Amino acid sequence: MVALETQNLTLTYGESLIIDQLNLQIPKGKITVLIGSNGCGKSTLLRSMARLLKPKEGNILLDGQAIATTPTKEIAKRLAILPQSPTAPEGLTVQQLVKQGRYPHQNWLKQWTTEDEAMVNEALESTGMTELKDRAVDSLSGGQRQRAWIAMTLAQGTETILLDEPTTYLDMTHQVEVLDILFELNQTQKRTIIMVLHDLNLACRYADHIVALKDKTVYAQGHPTETITPDTVRAVFSMDAEIIPDPIYGTPMCIPYSRGRIGRKGGTQPHAHHVAISTAVGQFA
Amino acid sequence: MIKNLLGSTPLKLGGLFVCLVLLLAGLIGSVIFGVVDTSWHVAIDAYTQFDGSNEHIVIREVRVPRALIAGAVGASLAIAGALLQAMTRNPLADVGIFGINAGASFAIVFGAAVFAMNSLGEFTTLSFIGAALSGVLVYFLGALGREGITPLKLTLAGAAVTAMFSSFTHAILVTNEQALNDVLFWLAGSVAGRKLEMLTGVFPYMLLAWIVAFLMARPINTFMMGEDVAKGLGQRTVLVKALAGLLIVLLSACSVAVSGPIGFIGLVTPHLARYLIGSDTRWVLVYSGFLGAILLLFADILGRFIAMPGEVPIGVMTALMGAPFFIYVVRKGLVRA
Amino acid sequence: MKKQLVIRNESFSFLLERKTLLTTTILAILTFAAFVVSIGTGEMYISPINVIKTLFGAGEKQYELVIETFRLPRILVALLIGAALSVSGSILQGIIRNPLASPDIVGITHGASVAAVGLLTLFPTVSVFWLPPVTLIGAGVVAAIIYLLAWKDGVTPIRLVLIGVGIKEVMAAITSLLVVTSPIYLTPKVQIWITGTVYGSNWENVSVLLPWVILMLILTMMYGRTVNVLQLGDDIAAGVGSPVSRHRLILLFFSVALAGAAIAIGGAISFVGLLGPHIARKLVGPSFGGLLPVSAMVGALIVMLSDLIGRTAFSPLDLPVGIFTSAIGAPFFIYLLFKNRNQ
Repeated sequence: MVALETQNLTLTYGESLIIDQLNLQIPKGKITVLIGSNGCGKSTLLRSMARLLKPKEGNILLDGQAIATTPTKEIAKRLAILPQSPTAPEGLTVQQLVKQGRYPHQNWLKQWTTEDEAMVNEALESTGMTELKDRAVDSLSGGQRQRAWIAMTLAQGTETILLDEPTTYLDMTHQVEVLDILFELNQTQKRTIIMVLHDLNLACRYADHIVALKDKTVYAQGHPTETITPDTVRAVFSMDAEIIPDPIYGTPMCIPYSRGRIGRKGGTQPHAHHVAISTAVGQFA
Repeated sequence: MIKNLLGSTPLKLGGLFVCLVLLLAGLIGSVIFGVVDTSWHVAIDAYTQFDGSNEHIVIREVRVPRALIAGAVGASLAIAGALLQAMTRNPLADVGIFGINAGASFAIVFGAAVFAMNSLGEFTTLSFIGAALSGVLVYFLGALGREGITPLKLTLAGAAVTAMFSSFTHAILVTNEQALNDVLFWLAGSVAGRKLEMLTGVFPYMLLAWIVAFLMARPINTFMMGEDVAKGLGQRTVLVKALAGLLIVLLSACSVAVSGPIGFIGLVTPHLARYLIGSDTRWVLVYSGFLGAILLLFADILGRFIAMPGEVPIGVMTALMGAPFFIYVVRKGLVRA
Repeated sequence: MKKQLVIRNESFSFLLERKTLLTTTILAILTFAAFVVSIGTGEMYISPINVIKTLFGAGEKQYELVIETFRLPRILVALLIGAALSVSGSILQGIIRNPLASPDIVGITHGASVAAVGLLTLFPTVSVFWLPPVTLIGAGVVAAIIYLLAWKDGVTPIRLVLIGVGIKEVMAAITSLLVVTSPIYLTPKVQIWITGTVYGSNWENVSVLLPWVILMLILTMMYGRTVNVLQLGDDIAAGVGSPVSRHRLILLFFSVALAGAAIAIGGAISFVGLLGPHIARKLVGPSFGGLLPVSAMVGALIVMLSDLIGRTAFSPLDLPVGIFTSAIGAPFFIYLLFKNRNQ
């Protein structure tokens, strides 16, 4: 099953070409993570899939239906997007913020139906924000604030949720906390989650499907254990790395080489291990 | 680095020579064109063989002071604008946009209406106080909030402070008709009808500020990489900011005292200068100074012809010419959000 | 006690904050009190009781003339102008996402000024009856110019504001050109208009302003939830299904229609559009459903009280209301900014 699909998608930013003739399918009910080096166009691609950016050429299909010709409110009932570092006006409370997620379901006479109320409460509950619902968003800590915004996108009640680097500016505890919430949602409610993440190791831990972008198109995609190999990392990030199984979850973990230090076991040439360890990951998976 | 028209030092010096020629042309043009045209040798005669004729008096008392004032004010405003744009790293910065002109104008109208001040010395002091007050206020308001100084916030703070001071000015003028008639033409910004003494009174300060600004160019270059970076390189940034602020206030205060508020010269010329010679502050300052003087001289000459036999105040001319440029800069997307 | 009140049946449902409700009620009482006191104060003092009696048609004959012919229309105009300017500012601040935006900052007021000053100086013989429509058209045309110049694959708030500031300078230059080149005897009249005054308002003004302002307030109220999502930024608003550029244009229209009407009748009264929404937000927060009525009442209070001062404090001089809105508004505004600098 495909949630989102791009057909010959070409994206530009001003004059420069960002994505060139891309054909991509995002699986339904899974967590998909877009990775790539800085400026490779992963955020641009995400924004265009959420119809925030008009493609230069090509189509984007949401459940098989072209988003360019679907009314924006209809899309909003099926797909939610959380852009990078959003800001709320001063003094807006968490509940008032989360309520805005109900926008596509309301009209000017019906602004607080029982369904609205239930969805908002559920969103607050599943992000652990119920206690904080009367606090002003700008008075919260970074992690809490991000949870409030996620609650807003949840309240929208969509099957698909897109997030642009939801963990930026958060410390490690809150990164894991936010990703855990998203993982829960995917597991319990089968929502399709598509996000851009910087941290390759966290991406591997949470993703069912990884899309690695390079040179304006997809370099590799698939399950993390198949996709994240030293070759992929070298190609996408121009960096030599070992891939070992994560000691807790067994998902691939990327350990980059650096020039300055010599490896521990008597300064062995790092490259010698490459093949052996990659194979080990494969077997482990 | 964007390619500039005048890349090498010889080219830059050559450009400077062209500027000098244009400046002289502007000065001469300003002296000989007007309601009554005259010629350059009559102008010379007025000084070498003064015969007391009307023509000679007009040249000595009206035309020459006007040309020199336009040149000096133009250069001062342009250098103030260049400093302001460099220090705030904001391509939209100008002493008009930032409310400094409005503050200085208010102070002068206030002094004239309430304390019956009318000498140039008093005007200069008032103008300096008003300019300093509004400058500090705008800078402070623009720096409020989480993200620190942004071009948008600075511009809005400038607009708010302008609105405040100009409504105060209007309030005084409404309640005091005498003051209204005295300052109205001056308020629109004009270099006409000023005596040469008005310029000579403030010129030493202007000259001093020009020289100090040029000497400060190197530290400003460092500062433009970002305040934190500059601090990291060992610069005492507070000192640089304070001195640059003082220069900006001094230059605009002197200008406003002589000619009333004139906007947009400080906005346009640094852009022009950077377009010609790149971003090195030393050259930007020198070129801005010349271009500002040239632009204001030509704007003034043009203003005499558009509404013959009346005159368009030069502040109106520069706004009409400069504001479209401002809009162009915004549309071009040169402003960081 | 619960913090919120839910009103809900088959066909409509709303969520009201108790705090907002309380604030609105208190402000309504204050506004009415100021209204009554304002009517009672002047050369002839009339006690509040008598004012209320007269308003309901049971007063003494001697008061009727003063109240109904002179004071009531002027005070109603002040009230409506205040509400209109303040709401106009609230809309702008919401859609531009910046608390410093207001009709007098982004050039709308100045566009109206050019139209009005042009009429006053170039056609001094034309009846003042034409002043309101011409001013309103001026505001509209300038807003349209700003919007078109700010358009480049859609309109971003930052471009809208900055272009507005640029256009404002052009308009100010044209106004000052008109003033300087006009005969000297017209200048004081123009200055008073630029400062803003409700002196000499009549029932005709009220009958023009009242339906227009009420209509625009209702329409704005209907778009309240759209302002709410626009306040969260273009991406979020588009993400939850608002056609951002179209909604922003519609709301800009409401804002211009309100400010234009107010300026048309009262002249360029400054700072109300900046200050009213600010105070309102401090009272009830940025959620637009509650913000709109509160900011309307705060604006009405500011202009009404400013006019009361202008009318009585320097008697027999009747000073333009604009002097006081800026004298009170500007320092208070700066104080507000200072006080909230760390938030």
